[in-house]
Amino acid sequence: MAAASAAKPPRRRVTHKLSERIIEWLLFLAAASSVAVTVGIVYVLVFESYVFFEYLWKEGRLTEFFTHTRWTPAFDDAEYGILPLLNGTILIAGIALLIAVPFGLTTAIYISEFAGPRAREVIKPIMEILSDVPTVVYGYFAFLFVTPLLKATLFPDISAFNALSAGLVMGIMIIPYVASVSEDAMRAVPMSLREGSFAMGATRLETAIRVVFPAAISGVLAAFILGISRAVGETMIVKIAAGSQPVMTLDPTESAATITAFIVAISHGDLPYGSLAYLSIYAAGLTLFVMTLSFNLIAFFIRKRYREIYE
Amino acid sequence: MSEVAAVTFNLKQVRSKLAGRKRADRLYVLVGLSATVLGMITLGALIGSLVIDGSERFSYEFFTNFPSRFPARAGILSAWVGSLLILVVTALIGIPLGVASGIYLEEYAPKNIFTSIIEINVNNLAGVPSIVFGLLALGLFVYVFGLGKSILTGGLTLALLILPVIIVATREAVRAIPPSIREAAYAVGATKWQMIYDHVLPYASAGVLTGTIIGLGRALGETAPLITIGALTFIAYLPAAPLQLEWPFLNFEWLLAGFTVLPIQTYNWTSRPEPAFQANAAAAAFTLLMTTLTINLTAIIFRYRLRRRIKW
Repeated sequence: MAAASAAKPPRRRVTHKLSERIIEWLLFLAAASSVAVTVGIVYVLVFESYVFFEYLWKEGRLTEFFTHTRWTPAFDDAEYGILPLLNGTILIAGIALLIAVPFGLTTAIYISEFAGPRAREVIKPIMEILSDVPTVVYGYFAFLFVTPLLKATLFPDISAFNALSAGLVMGIMIIPYVASVSEDAMRAVPMSLREGSFAMGATRLETAIRVVFPAAISGVLAAFILGISRAVGETMIVKIAAGSQPVMTLDPTESAATITAFIVAISHGDLPYGSLAYLSIYAAGLTLFVMTLSFNLIAFFIRKRYREIYE
Repeated sequence: MSEVAAVTFNLKQVRSKLAGRKRADRLYVLVGLSATVLGMITLGALIGSLVIDGSERFSYEFFTNFPSRFPARAGILSAWVGSLLILVVTALIGIPLGVASGIYLEEYAPKNIFTSIIEINVNNLAGVPSIVFGLLALGLFVYVFGLGKSILTGGLTLALLILPVIIVATREAVRAIPPSIREAAYAVGATKWQMIYDHVLPYASAGVLTGTIIGLGRALGETAPLITIGALTFIAYLPAAPLQLEWPFLNFEWLLAGFTVLPIQTYNWTSRPEPAFQANAAAAAFTLLMTTLTINLTAIIFRYRLRRRIKW
C-alpha cells in the first residue's frame, strides 16, 4: 500500500490504475476466504450443537451430556454422556504422548546439537516420510500388525480392538512433529550461549541439557501441546485399531472410542439430516474443536509470552 | 611430598570423571539416533507387512476391476479414479486461492487488525483436525448449498483443508525474494501487479510448487473428512468422462457424481472380518502408500535442488 501510493503513475494510465485496484481486491478476497472457512466451521458446529442442546434442555437432560457415562446416540434408548468419548480420547492421546515426547525430544536434541549437516540431510527426510504416511495405512498397521504382535508377545489377552496399539502407532506418527517443532526452538537459541558453555568446559550433552534446553523450554512445551492437539484430532488409526465402543475404562488392552472415531463410525450409515444422531456428531465435533483450539491457543501463547528474547 | 601426591590423586579423579562425561556425550549420539531407527523399523515393518499380506492380490486386474463381493475379483478402479478426480478439483480450487492469499499477505497487506486476524486465522486453521472440515462440508456444502455427496464437495473440502499449507509455502517463497528485484521492476516503470506477475511469481513458482505437491500428497491420504460427508464405500461405476466428442467437448456431470477414494476403499476392506478382504486392504494400502511417498519424495528432491540452485 505504502509503496503504491508513493510512486505516482502518469495520468494516461487510468485503466492500469483501475485494474490494479481490482486485482488487489481479488487477492484480498482470496485471503479473506480463509477467515470465511473458520467462520463457516464455527457457525456449523455451534448452530447444529445448539439445536442438539436445546432438545436435551427441553427434555430436562442437559446435565446428562457432562455427567453420564454412556454415549449411545444411535440406540433407541439413546443416552448422551460425552465422558466415555473424552475418556477414550485422553487415554489414547496419553499413550501416544508417552512415545512421542521422549523420542521426539531426543531426536530434536540430536539433530540440533549433535548431528552434522550430512546426518541432518538423511534424518530429516526420513522423519518427513514418517509423517507423510496416510493415517489409514497406519491404521491398517496398528490393527493387523501391532495388535497381533502384542497378542503374541506381551499381552496374550489383548482384545482385537484396543487402545494400546492405536496409541503406540499414533505416537510414532507424531514423533516427527514434536521433533521438528522442538528443534526449531532449540536452533533459535543463539550460538553465543553454547559457546559460553563450551568455554566453561561443558560437553555437548551438558550444554544441550543445561543451557539449550532451558533456553528453548517455551518452544519445547509448545511442541508437546501441539502434539497433544494432533493426537486428539487423529481419526483413522483410532477408528480402525481401537474400535468405536465408548466405554469408561483406563485399561489400554480394551477397546476405546474417541470423539473422532465416534463421528466416523456414525457417519457410515446414512444419517437422516436433522435427526438427533446427526446433531450429536456436531456436539461431539464442537467438543473436539474447542479442545484442539484451546491447545493450539495455549501453545501459541506460551511461545509468544515466555520466549526468552536474546539481543 | 604429600601435597604432590594429593594433586596427582585429584587429577586421576578429574580425568576419570572427564572420561565419563565424554563417554556420556558419545553415548548420546546412539540414543539420539534411536528415534530415527525406531521410525525406520516401523516403516520397514509397515511396508513389509503390506507386501507380504497383499502380494497375492497384485495384478493388472486389481487396478482395472470394480469392488466386488468376491475378494479375489475386487479391484480399486473406482477408488483410484475417484482419488484422481478429487485431486483435480482440490488443485483447481486450492492452488489459486492459496497462492492469491499468500501473495496478498506478503505483498499487499497493510499492517492493521484485519491482516493480523487473517494471519492468526491461517495458523489456527492449520491446527484444526481434518474431521472438523468434514463436519463443515456435511453441514454446509452437502445440505445447505445442496452440492450433495459429490466429487465437487469432496474436492472443495480437501482444498480448504490444504489451504494453510499452500498459503504458508507461497509466503515463504515470496519472502525469500530480495527487495532489489522488486525495486528493479519498479525502476523500469512496472506497476505493482506487473512486478508481481512478471517477477515475484516466476521466482516463487518453484517454492510454491513444492508446497502444493506436499499439500496434494496430504489430500490424497485424507480419509476421515470424506467419510464424514458420506462418500460411498461401494461404487461399481465410473463418473461420466470429463471429455466428450460433441460440443462443448467438456462435460461437467462428473463433478456431481458420487465417489469413493483409495483411502476409503482401504479402510473399508481393513474393517471386513474376512482375511481375504484384508489382503485386498494390504494391496490397496500399498498402492496408496507408494503413491504418497512418490509425491512427497518428488517434493523433497525438488526442494533440495531448489535450495542448491538459487543464490541471490
